[in-house]
Amino acid sequence: MQSTLFSSIHLTVSQVTFHIRKQLENDPTLQDVWVEGEISNLSRPASGHVYFTLKDKNASLRCVMWKTDAARLRLNVLDGNSIEAHGKITVYEPQGQYQLIVNLIQPKGEGALYQEYLRLKALLEAEGLFDVERKRPIPQLPRVIGIITSATGAALHDMLNTLRRRLPLVRVIIAASPVQGVEAPPALVKALESLNKQDPDVILFARGGGSIEDLWAFNDERVVRAVAESHVPIICGVGHETDFTLCDFSADLRAPTPTAAAELATPITIQDLGSDLLNARARLSSLTLNMVTEKEVFVSSLMSRLKYISPDRRIQSEYQHIDELFRRALSAVTHRIQLRSSHVNGISKSLLSLSPEGVLSRGYAIITRKDDGTVVSKVSQARGEMKVRVSDGEFETIANRGPNKPT
Amino acid sequence: MAKSKAAIKPVEELSYEEALAELEGIVESLENEQSPLEESMKLFERGQALVTHCGVLLESAQLKVQKLVGESVVDFEEESE
Repeated sequence: MQSTLFSSIHLTVSQVTFHIRKQLENDPTLQDVWVEGEISNLSRPASGHVYFTLKDKNASLRCVMWKTDAARLRLNVLDGNSIEAHGKITVYEPQGQYQLIVNLIQPKGEGALYQEYLRLKALLEAEGLFDVERKRPIPQLPRVIGIITSATGAALHDMLNTLRRRLPLVRVIIAASPVQGVEAPPALVKALESLNKQDPDVILFARGGGSIEDLWAFNDERVVRAVAESHVPIICGVGHETDFTLCDFSADLRAPTPTAAAELATPITIQDLGSDLLNARARLSSLTLNMVTEKEVFVSSLMSRLKYISPDRRIQSEYQHIDELFRRALSAVTHRIQLRSSHVNGISKSLLSLSPEGVLSRGYAIITRKDDGTVVSKVSQARGEMKVRVSDGEFETIANRGPNKPT
Repeated sequence: MAKSKAAIKPVEELSYEEALAELEGIVESLENEQSPLEESMKLFERGQALVTHCGVLLESAQLKVQKLVGESVVDFEEESE
């Protein structure tokens, strides 16, 4: 090891890279080769060149297909396609990357990963892991929602924003886990176990979009089984609409995306709750109003029945009787008074005939002295001016000496 | 009814779910049972208080976000993008 410093070979980066390139480009095996793998990270920029990565379970290889070769492509290549690519290995010196310059592509049937996927799917399906009867219902109104996803991905933000918008009443517990790479499957299994202990109402098991390799952890047998074994219902939202992972099958509900998973976990939104509340309030008021009205109607019908049978009617007829009696008494009394008054009239007539006026009408007169008003009933009393009252008036006279007058 | 009587809690202490469940119970019992008027009025008043309480909870609801660290639950700080 001491010799390191004094090693005889000193090269620049360019020199090393050039050397590697020479090594690779002089290897006949690498200059005319068919490479089998699955396409991912496919990109076709405006230049017309096609870039992609060929992958299998354990390795990946950068590939470039120049515009002229790409134009001759009869196959419509897509991410996830398993293909065989023919070409030669070169080194792209600016990035120190070796790559396959592809001139031919031919289909390779179903890719090896897909074969593995199908094998595992058939196995677990036969075991009954995906049976509909195993699916548990998703709660309508969860209080606690568990989330298992990457702590850094956009998926988490999407889900939290969706939950915040739809049902901010819930409590969220996040169990962060890597979602790709070799460490992902055991970490996802561990997160499922830990989160189950917190006993949320539902778990969102999610990851944003990616290539089939990126999503591979969700096809891992350990993870697929752990999802099936969770005692908390699981909504699986991995990748995009078109991605089906085995976890989608073993979960209780599949969502096309993480956002959709958050939506499916909150079938009832806070807006629904608000309008339910308004309904409940209206029902409550109308119920109580009806109840009171009903009672009022009942009470008033009782009132009229009560009136019918009440002593009121007796009392009224008693009143009538009393009225009748009173009327009779009154008329009897009136009659008697009339009788009395005609009797009194008779008496007053005879009384009248006895009055001086009555006597006057028979030709008598009353004479009074004008000076002192003395009634002249004797000759001796007659003197001076006097008034003579007869039946219909009076006149004056003067007393003369008469023969009968005593002196 | 016996159940809600036994568990009578001040309305303000109820969670949204508890308040909602009780409210549903009250509306149902008012719809289906022939309880004495006075009791019905009491139920109605309780129902109104529950409606108000639920409304307040809905208005003020804020998503509570936590995370698991090992086996314990701690508050989760969302990094702003």
